[in-house]
Amino acid sequence: MEAYLDNAATTRPFKEVWDIMKKTMEEDYGNPSSLHKKGMEAENYLRNTRTVIAESLKVKEKEIVITSGGTESNNMALIGGAFANQRSGKHIITTRIEHASVYNPLLFLEKQGFRITFLPVDNNGHVDLEELKNALCEETILVSIMHVNNEMGAVEDLQTIGEIIRAYNPEILFHVDAIQSFGKFKIYPKQLGVHMLSVSGHKIHGPKGVGFLYIQDKTKVLPLIHGGGQQKGMRSGTENVPGIAGLGKAVELIYENHADKIANMYCLKEYFVEEISRIEGVKVNGLAGIDVRDTAPHVVSVSFKGIRSEVLLHALEEKGVYVSSGSACSSNHPSISGTLRAIGVDNDLLDSTLRFSFSVNTTKEELAYAMEQVKELLPMLRRFTRR
Amino acid sequence: MYKAFLIKYAEIGVKGKNRHIFEEALRRQVEKALKETEGEFNVTREQGRIYAEATKDYNYEDALEALSRVFGVVGICPVVIYDDIEWESVQKNVCDFVGNVYKDKNFTFKVKAKRGNKNYPVTSPEICAKIGEKLLEAYPEMKVDVKNPDVFITVEVRNRLYVYSETIEGPGGMPTGTAGKAMLLLSGGIDSPVAGYMVAKRGVTLEATYFHAPPYTSDRAKQKVIDLAKQVAKYAGPIKLNIVNFTDIQLYIYEQCPEDELTIIMRRYMMMIAQKLAEESGCLGLITGESIGQVASQTMQSLLTTNEVCTLPVYRPLIALDKQEIVAIAEKIDTYETSILPYEDCCTIFVAKHPVTKPNLKAIKRSEEKLSEKIEEMLQKAVETMEVITVGE
Repeated sequence: MEAYLDNAATTRPFKEVWDIMKKTMEEDYGNPSSLHKKGMEAENYLRNTRTVIAESLKVKEKEIVITSGGTESNNMALIGGAFANQRSGKHIITTRIEHASVYNPLLFLEKQGFRITFLPVDNNGHVDLEELKNALCEETILVSIMHVNNEMGAVEDLQTIGEIIRAYNPEILFHVDAIQSFGKFKIYPKQLGVHMLSVSGHKIHGPKGVGFLYIQDKTKVLPLIHGGGQQKGMRSGTENVPGIAGLGKAVELIYENHADKIANMYCLKEYFVEEISRIEGVKVNGLAGIDVRDTAPHVVSVSFKGIRSEVLLHALEEKGVYVSSGSACSSNHPSISGTLRAIGVDNDLLDSTLRFSFSVNTTKEELAYAMEQVKELLPMLRRFTRR
Repeated sequence: MYKAFLIKYAEIGVKGKNRHIFEEALRRQVEKALKETEGEFNVTREQGRIYAEATKDYNYEDALEALSRVFGVVGICPVVIYDDIEWESVQKNVCDFVGNVYKDKNFTFKVKAKRGNKNYPVTSPEICAKIGEKLLEAYPEMKVDVKNPDVFITVEVRNRLYVYSETIEGPGGMPTGTAGKAMLLLSGGIDSPVAGYMVAKRGVTLEATYFHAPPYTSDRAKQKVIDLAKQVAKYAGPIKLNIVNFTDIQLYIYEQCPEDELTIIMRRYMMMIAQKLAEESGCLGLITGESIGQVASQTMQSLLTTNEVCTLPVYRPLIALDKQEIVAIAEKIDTYETSILPYEDCCTIFVAKHPVTKPNLKAIKRSEEKLSEKIEEMLQKAVETMEVITVGE
């Protein structure tokens, strides 16, 4: 049996996604900028994807810029947003648990003379709202906060955060990294007061190498990639038609019967959390005093006392169970997860944490199988650990 | 512009009666190296030298890079060849050569002449004198210095005219395949690929053994070792890589033996396996990347203890090098970047906080007695189940 439980890393594309991608390569291979019929056919895929995305967010089609994925979307929002608005100030606020594709562009901006505030989070990964209020100042031009944390599935309260920002100064841009949350939640940027929102295709059973950035109509953002002026000059380069077609299909499908799918995922998560917590020396992170349903439906962070995560990961892999280590760990390279540290995971568990992440297609049988393997492996692995 | 390379070699020139064997080996290695580049070359031995002459267009940088990886090559001189050997043309062509190669003419020089064609009407000393004169005329900034010139301009008149002045350093050493075969214990670290490179440089053919320990070490760690072997093979020629699953043995040692002796005992068994494989495939020695005192298992006492299981000689070319010196070689041969990729290797997973640094052989042997029940069978199984791949073919 195989249990792919690394869906926060990437998901298996839906069959309809590769079908449509195949068609764009076999038949409708034109360049959307070409004036002839072939170009027109290709352009239709772009239009369609844009429409599907815009409908899913309840925004306008022209507010969507298609990118090469989550990293580019985040870079464009942060770097493009910061440079376009630097006359109003050079202060940016974010959190200590952002993904590297937010964190590193901000470090880049710091070197360019911007000042960055990193907000602390509590042990469930929720950003400290009082600290946010304190951090806002006249110089602040941008606040970037992720919707769902990729390592433990914490869900940030975007509604309240948006209100706090607007109450202080409605001119401040609010960017949300929704890469882990799009497809899991219905997100309406206009209701939330979000100006920019990043999404990646391959986290929602779409293809890799494609994603989008929602940019609210009046928001000023400088393009990062210059060239032939495609996408109204916001993102030059011949459009990735197969990827974009696949992305549109994935967005369409992920929001079909959405409520049922998500309800099912929560049931699975509840089952998994309950069962795995019964195993001795196992602790689920980010659920201190809160309900599973207050977290994302697809991510569970689990610490295994006395086990090195990489070893357990490879042992599970031999049994056909695929998961992620909560941190890239190795004796030669002790780069421990900033997120786990930020939520206060004990030092001796930092290197002992795995992430199990589900998709809409994950089954109870897969989870049961995975936990069975964990139960069998733990005693063996605990016998052989560094004494 | 350059049509050929003159390959200089030093050491193999003095190998007495075996000389032609070494020269032919080097010629073949040069030929082989150039085959991997674009272009075609005619590689010949003549008058105690090796010439590689391009018979078609080729990429100069690529050819030079390929040649600079051939063990046995001390220097590479790019040569310009002119068909016309009429004396007037010779003088003009040498002046053109200097004009093209040296934009800044502010240097001292000496002309060396060789007259392969003894019927040529002008003698070697006359060639030197006349061409020197012509050069001074053409480029007044140049100065003659016969004792210690900046540049030697060599003019060889044979059935054609060969002119060269620049020598690019080669790796030195002996042609691959002229010294027998040895078994390299290859880990994913910085040292062992360098050790393999250094011994291979003396003409030794390499075979390698890697110990992996799934699930404690990952497939990426294994891939890293394969990549390292490939990189070493660029210099050393094809390498047969034995990948031995060491998990069971390692866990058995872990269960039966004292913690602080784990590493040393593990290394003794690795040496035993490597030696067994070495003997089976006709290797004349083992190679390790050990360096005195670098880690607990490389103190002189530890080396004595691991060496004790070996009957084949163990070659340790890095034994007296410092880490920085080893890193410098690793960077030169381009294994460093791969070596520092952060994957766990099997030596580090169970390493004790305070491993024994001065192991006592008797004590170690006593500990090993606790393994007597199953170890033979396990060693046998490890060898039987090993995976063998050849890289660099």
